[in-house]
Amino acid sequence: MTPRRFTFHRLWAIVMKEFIQMRRDRVTFAMMIGIPLMQLMLFGFAINSDPKHLPTAIRAADQGPFARTLVAALRHSDYFSLVREAQTEAEAHNLLQLGEVQFVINIPEDFSRKLLRGEQPTVLIEADATDPAATGPALSAVRAIANSVLDRDLTGSLARLRAKDGPLNFSIHAHYNPENITQYNVVPGLMGVVLTMTMVVITSLAITRERERGTMENLLATPVRPFEVMVGKILPYIAVGYIQVTLILVAARFLFGVPMVGSLPLVYAVSLLFIACNLAMGITFSSLASNQLQAVQMAFFFFLPSILLSGFMFPFRGMPEWAQWIGTCLPNTHFLRIVRGILLKGNGPAEILPEIWPLLAFLVIAMTIGVKRYRQTLD
Amino acid sequence: MSATDFAIDVAGVTKKFGGKTVVNAIDLQVKRGEIYGFLGPNGSGKTTFIRMLCGLLTPDAGSGTCLGYDVLREQAEIKRHVGYMTQKFSYYEDLSLRENLDFIARIYDVPDRAGAVQRSLDRLGLANRSAQLAGQLSGGWKQRLALAACLIHDPQLLLLDEPTAGVDPKARREFWDEIHTLAAGGLTVLITTHYMDEAERCHRLAYLAYGNLLTRGTAHEVIASAQLTTWMVSGPDLRDVAAALRTHDGVEQVVAFGTTLHVSGRDAQKLDAAIAAVRDPRHEWKKIRSGLEDVFISLMDAARDNFA
Ligand SMILES: Nc1ncnc2c1ncn2[C@@H]1O[C@H](COP(=O)(O)OP(=O)(O)OP(=O)(O)O)[C@@H](O)[C@H]1O
Ligand SMILES: [Mg+2]
Repeated sequence: MTPRRFTFHRLWAIVMKEFIQMRRDRVTFAMMIGIPLMQLMLFGFAINSDPKHLPTAIRAADQGPFARTLVAALRHSDYFSLVREAQTEAEAHNLLQLGEVQFVINIPEDFSRKLLRGEQPTVLIEADATDPAATGPALSAVRAIANSVLDRDLTGSLARLRAKDGPLNFSIHAHYNPENITQYNVVPGLMGVVLTMTMVVITSLAITRERERGTMENLLATPVRPFEVMVGKILPYIAVGYIQVTLILVAARFLFGVPMVGSLPLVYAVSLLFIACNLAMGITFSSLASNQLQAVQMAFFFFLPSILLSGFMFPFRGMPEWAQWIGTCLPNTHFLRIVRGILLKGNGPAEILPEIWPLLAFLVIAMTIGVKRYRQTLD
Repeated sequence: MSATDFAIDVAGVTKKFGGKTVVNAIDLQVKRGEIYGFLGPNGSGKTTFIRMLCGLLTPDAGSGTCLGYDVLREQAEIKRHVGYMTQKFSYYEDLSLRENLDFIARIYDVPDRAGAVQRSLDRLGLANRSAQLAGQLSGGWKQRLALAACLIHDPQLLLLDEPTAGVDPKARREFWDEIHTLAAGGLTVLITTHYMDEAERCHRLAYLAYGNLLTRGTAHEVIASAQLTTWMVSGPDLRDVAAALRTHDGVEQVVAFGTTLHVSGRDAQKLDAAIAAVRDPRHEWKKIRSGLEDVFISLMDAARDNFA
């Protein structure tokens, strides 16, 4: 009977206690459910909005009737508001650069001529896609508008020009945002963000709270082992993490219509690992911090790069190399890829494996530091 | 179990905090079944010493055994057989009494847990409050809960750090009756207190100041070894008498007790001389047995000269 051994009854004692305390702490519990709901609403609102009347500049090298028809049709659509006429390419780019317009529509010199010859002239639309949620719907609308409008003009002998794939081509250049995050990208990404935020903050308080309230002295005087305390404090929050995951998945499916190509059980399985990573991180902060304020500060210190450098806010490949390095060390980066991969691309275990290892490594390291730093004495 | 007769047997136990010696080479032996009082002014190192006994702090020097287990190496074993009641209430305020006890019982893997929790609630008269949150209890009830909790795993040694601070006299008496019952059943108790009446209820005492153990023994031995002479004066204008006495060499303590003064000093001759100088027929002077408090204050004054 060596008392050094891990025992389930002590682990279970901690788990039960944490559950009771969690139930009693109504505010914290409400936050754990409230934060994901709030974030869903905030981000969801931004995604759902279908922005209209986006400032647009026209550079029409051809002033022929077909070009005029096209311009008029765009003007009448809700999506574009033709605020400027650019004379030169440089001027157009400048407008885009300054953010005065969201789009520049370039009608080439030979537009009418090519159209009449059935050569499908190319209209170049340049978009400031910094905020893809803003440009996406407008870009998908433009094709439909142009085709239907020109089809009306192309009557009689010109009807033959109504080619199957439309009388003209659109070439779209999305500037500034190569990865082109879409709404489908954001909601699954939100899962990682919400979990990072709530799980790390809440558990970062777990041990500092015991220390501040003086209950730590008592706990240390009992035979309970550091590993039992850590795991005992982590387990109840895994349940909370699962509630959050479910909440977001339900919202993603039914509120935002995010397609779910891959396996949901796989999402849940991977979530377990990711939740554990964050909880271990929180517990580790908790064992490092000397008071609750410090613990929360540490949690935020971790949370910010997790939201900014993980590929949630900005496209990962668009970031400078040093930022990518930091991002690679963060569990959220890998979790985002996994969840997006599973939900949107239908990835299976084999495809996500390269992202699993970093999570496992993170968990082991965080846990080890936590247990090492957990002081067995008051020294 | 080890065959040793001592529940606590340590020597040279020392603890420093940042260069300051808080506990200085203390030797202590406590027999099984004994109630051992641990006294000393604030900051004298009582709590620090107790924490070292139960493995919460690592001594910088010293060695010994607690319940036969090495205090330096077998802290985990010691923790299983010791009940430690902290000076500050350290159970969960957001858990009910029953939940707190149940938690501790689980941690120690107490057999028949539900029964043990119920018995401990009954014994300390907590049963009808079992659903109340610990944070809502008054000070005295918190102490009872703490005592119940540190007894639930049937420890062999109780370390009680000022268990009766802020508790009313009746509750204190009940508490001490309980302690004596437990000791009669073989439990060893090391208890710190600032109350003299409690000190006298201990089988033996140790007095600590500035981290040094100044004296120990039964209350009688402690008083006898101090060789303190105490006079009691009664009569009119005692304030003037006190003021006059304080100017004399050899008068160490002049303390008012209701309508009398207690005057003490370690040097009986000097004290007699001082008294002769202020003596006045209106007052009645009587030599009395020194109290523990007189002895402790005298010890502390002497210690201040030696260590501070
Ligand atoms: N963790 C610590 N770090 C630094 N100094 C400490 C620490 N704990 C205690 N001390 C110091 O050690 C000295 C002894 O403290 P201790 O708590 O043991 O006294 P005590 O005899 O229990 O006093 P009281 O009767 O007021 O409870 C004090 O001067 C205190 O400031
Ligand atoms: Mg103390």
